[in-house]
Amino acid sequence: MIAATFDAMLVVALLWSAVWCLAARHLFRSVVLFIVFGQLMVLAWARLGAPDVALAEAAIGGGLTGALLLDTLGHLQRRGKRGKAG
Amino acid sequence: MKLWPALACAAAVLLGGALFAVIVHMPDPPIRLEGAVRAQLPASGVAHPVTAILLNYRGYDTLLEVAVLLLAAAGMLATGTHAGPASLRSRPLPLLQLAARKLVPPMIVVAGYFVWIGARAPGGAFQAGAVLAAAAVFSCLAGVAPAWAAPRLLLRAGLAGGLLVFLTVAALPSSSGALLHYRHERAAVLILLVESALTLSLGSILAGLFMWLPREGEGKT
Repeated sequence: MIAATFDAMLVVALLWSAVWCLAARHLFRSVVLFIVFGQLMVLAWARLGAPDVALAEAAIGGGLTGALLLDTLGHLQRRGKRGKAG
Repeated sequence: MKLWPALACAAAVLLGGALFAVIVHMPDPPIRLEGAVRAQLPASGVAHPVTAILLNYRGYDTLLEVAVLLLAAAGMLATGTHAGPASLRSRPLPLLQLAARKLVPPMIVVAGYFVWIGARAPGGAFQAGAVLAAAAVFSCLAGVAPAWAAPRLLLRAGLAGGLLVFLTVAALPSSSGALLHYRHERAAVLILLVESALTLSLGSILAGLFMWLPREGEGKT
């Protein structure tokens, strides 16, 4: 019963973060929601009995993709500012 | 104009429903590899089927994956557009620095644990390398460690070392004369050796993919 409730909450949270990741107006919010989605996906993989995939997703999705996306975002913002100033 | 979003939503829901129905009624796969994998597990040198597949049965695939990652890093370096040290901000936050100082050592330990436990349980070189890379990126962003400039000899050796060790192990003479065939009695040691080298290499490659991002224009201002 508890497991089923947890799974249902996980599915809802996954869909919610996926929809808002795409629908959010601010890119920063999208990136953060994408990272949240990745971490929820880690839980989903663990629940599906695939701990290897969960570990890879946690390490690469959380540790590297997030950092790369945030770096890209900062780059875009700096570029936008310079474009306005010049 | 409001019609298109509704149509797109309906199409997405339809596609999702169709995919869900297909997945639920998935036919049994014609070949079941699980039994074969488990039957050969004692001969593979490790006790975890995923590690056995990645580094023994399908070692060739892993070898090529590492080569592709190394090529990607080499390509980024070859463009020569990385502008050297670039930190998150000119004056790092003390709290962030404290967090990095406290968290990076456990991350390195966790990476070592992943390599070691990979023989028996989920873990392995890719995950360990990703954790190492995340530790490097984190310490660089927090301003604890400087960002990597163009790599010198040591870092270049680290980048290529995993692939070189893997190739050396692959070329070791085996009973059948084929590449990437470990002898049973040596398999465990060889796999651990390859995984350790791969971890260091993948860690530096993945961190390098972040550190050497092209930052055009920023170096000049």
